[in-house]
Amino acid sequence: MQKILTRLLPILLLLLFVGQVQAKTLVYCSEGSPEGFNPIFYTSGTTFDATSKNVFEGLTHFVQGTTKLEPGMAESWEVSADGKVYTFKLRKGIKFHSAKHFQPTRDMNADDVIFTFERQWKKDHPFYAISGGNYEYFNGMSMPDLLNTIEKVDDYTVKFVLNRPEAPMLANLGMDFAVIQSAEYADAMMKAGTPEKVDQWPIGTGPFVFQGYKKDAQIRYTASADYWKGKTPIDKLVFAITPDASVRYAKLKAGECQLMPFPNPADIAAMKADPNINLMQQEGLNVGYLAYNTKVAPFDNVKVRKALNKAMNKQAIIDTVFQGAGKIAKNPIPPTIWSYNEATVDDTFDPVAAKKLLADAGYPDGFEMKLWAMPVQRPYNPNARRMAEVIQADWAKVGVKAEIVSYEWGEYLKRSKDVDRDGAVLLGWTGDNGDPDNFLAVLLGCDGIGGSNRSQWCYKPFEDLIQKAKIVADPAERTRLYEQAQIVFKEQAPWATIAHSVVFKPMSKDVVNYKVDPLGGHIFYGVDLK
Amino acid sequence: MFSFLLKRIGVVIPTFIGVTLLTFSLIRLIPGDPVELMAGERGVDPVRHAELLAQMGLDKPLLLQYWHYLTGIFQGDLGTSIVTREPVVREFFTLFPATLELSLCAIIIAVAIGLPAGIIAAVKRGKLTDYTVMGLSLTGYSMPIFWWGLLLILLFSVGLGWTPVSGRISAMFWIDEVTGFMVIDAFLSGEEGALVSALSHLILPSIVLATIPLAVIARMTRSSMLEVLREDYVQVARAKGLSMPLVVCIHALRNALIPVITVIGLQIGVLMAGAILTETIFSWPGVGKWMLDSIYRRDYPSVQGGILLIACLVIIVNLTVDILYGVVNPRIRHNR
Repeated sequence: MQKILTRLLPILLLLLFVGQVQAKTLVYCSEGSPEGFNPIFYTSGTTFDATSKNVFEGLTHFVQGTTKLEPGMAESWEVSADGKVYTFKLRKGIKFHSAKHFQPTRDMNADDVIFTFERQWKKDHPFYAISGGNYEYFNGMSMPDLLNTIEKVDDYTVKFVLNRPEAPMLANLGMDFAVIQSAEYADAMMKAGTPEKVDQWPIGTGPFVFQGYKKDAQIRYTASADYWKGKTPIDKLVFAITPDASVRYAKLKAGECQLMPFPNPADIAAMKADPNINLMQQEGLNVGYLAYNTKVAPFDNVKVRKALNKAMNKQAIIDTVFQGAGKIAKNPIPPTIWSYNEATVDDTFDPVAAKKLLADAGYPDGFEMKLWAMPVQRPYNPNARRMAEVIQADWAKVGVKAEIVSYEWGEYLKRSKDVDRDGAVLLGWTGDNGDPDNFLAVLLGCDGIGGSNRSQWCYKPFEDLIQKAKIVADPAERTRLYEQAQIVFKEQAPWATIAHSVVFKPMSKDVVNYKVDPLGGHIFYGVDLK
Repeated sequence: MFSFLLKRIGVVIPTFIGVTLLTFSLIRLIPGDPVELMAGERGVDPVRHAELLAQMGLDKPLLLQYWHYLTGIFQGDLGTSIVTREPVVREFFTLFPATLELSLCAIIIAVAIGLPAGIIAAVKRGKLTDYTVMGLSLTGYSMPIFWWGLLLILLFSVGLGWTPVSGRISAMFWIDEVTGFMVIDAFLSGEEGALVSALSHLILPSIVLATIPLAVIARMTRSSMLEVLREDYVQVARAKGLSMPLVVCIHALRNALIPVITVIGLQIGVLMAGAILTETIFSWPGVGKWMLDSIYRRDYPSVQGGILLIACLVIIVNLTVDILYGVVNPRIRHNR
């Protein structure tokens, strides 16, 4: 009997201990499956949530819940007077995660930083072609044109030399394609003859350690005990992949998950009324707009553009299309971005003034035009067809007959870039890095004509301001330049700025310390459960 | 029998070539190319666009692309997904057990309920039971799967809390894949509560997926049974004093089942089509949901490979049914 008791006692004690210290597990009902597990290949937020937002980290960070930058894996940096040399001092003692197939033997250092960028940049790098070699974000942010050299000064100092000054560089380094990856892991996998494993099993330095993925079903993480900022309060994080928004809501109500993204606009009212749900909200880092082709008559006349803007009832659009989950946009950048100009005045809805402006422009009886409506639902435009119908009805009142046209999404994107395109195009943009340059230069700069600049608008006073802001390092001066650029934009009206969506995050009342990321990600560091 | 087999297999070959041709051309007929879709609003410059198309082999003439596709099939290579960069065959067979598990459950439910319901309706022809069974089966047949699934979730999962909302097993379990069938793997894992969780997750999606086949089977069984019940030998059996249940089970059912078996075989295709919606609603990680995503993303190799593999499966099932039908019914075999 004594023997049995001696053997049972440790088991009983263990059971008691386990019972008291139950692992805190947060289940997040994610909206889809990640395309892969290395964020350098992809551009979708779903993939970033599963990788860069929680498993990896970059040299710079965005302060959680804001678009402001803070030191990340680099504890400090210096920028040369000409704005072309960035020297980063790396933080010491940062550990890469372990897995069954890889145990790191050293801390993160300059070799990892160089590996991360050279892999995406140099075509002769042994890892360049692994897993397809499509580095769309790295290329899309013009990094190959921008980078001259990346040098290792010592184990904890890296120098980036650029071909031209680029003030948004620090923000670029906080983006998902720039998260630091382990060179040691890559070497080990190359030696093992499985280099592609690096892209299938993420080894990062972030707050969560990847544990496994069951395709289209579940992703598992555990909290990293070695995380340099300290272990996150929850012990386990589970992504329960749930593509349908109504089902995500049902799971949240049934307690099968504690947090969900992208609710149906129609469910918002019920969520607000539910005493068990905490509905957080924030304006999204996006803008929905209507771009006139300023190269083609009658839209080459600023009076016509202003008249159409004045004839449009934006509040009706917010009410009918966004069902309250949107806010009228007056600037081409969202209010969550620094340098947003509060002082600009939006074109007020005034059909009488619009008609007068049209008459002044030589179109007293209006004209006929095409109004392009996207075939898909986007965060900045939940129903483009309906939005186009509201605008069509408003414009008809001032004599402008708009014919609504639409194409398959890929075709729509391609055809709307055409410099000679007819009419006005409904489109939008979601920011990448919280820098105003990412909206103003990409969407309205002269380089974007025939591409992302759907209004084909190249206006020298505006272009001078945004180009200057690109090379000035002083944040205050950059802010002033971008504020000025927004005033010029409003005067010239190459777009009708329509709306910024409001992003809703419903979660169980048990979830505490969650911060809505204005960049659209879902970051679980610091989140706790009551 | 051998010539019968040869004839049936002879029909399979052109069907297979037709399927490859259809899947190859249909996905290409949808406007928009995968590069534009991947780039989205960000766009991609024309040089990079051309590079990416070349990388995917989409810059080559269509006939050459089709030839590569065909030669790949005969080497067992269905290509690599342009989104996940995983071999299509591996992706398909990772997800297929989930679809198979769900489909098997659905067909068991459909047969277990549909068959007796059809028999009862036939025996009670023109009575309230008959009208009820036929009315319900018509309702089931016309039910939009998406709406039906959500309705069941709201009632049984959210309202009553009897079943889980979606997925194959609770997020609290992490079951190692042995067979790919969650119920078996959960049982093998030995984890407490895993098997119950896996079974409870199967209930609602199986019912939803079974609804249409169940209705079809019930209606088919009823009409087939009614025909057989009118036959002379059934009347003779009744005249000999055999009880109705005995006549139905021993004499009528065996003959009535022949067309029903064919219909059950044909339901495999219906199940695959239904799986797309059912898997989306219930976050069931199977091939239906995967195919839908692949079509949206213009992932040509996944769509081509996935449809081809599903078509092969349907062809094989139908061929087996044809052969079995020939075995049980010599008139078919001898082409009479």
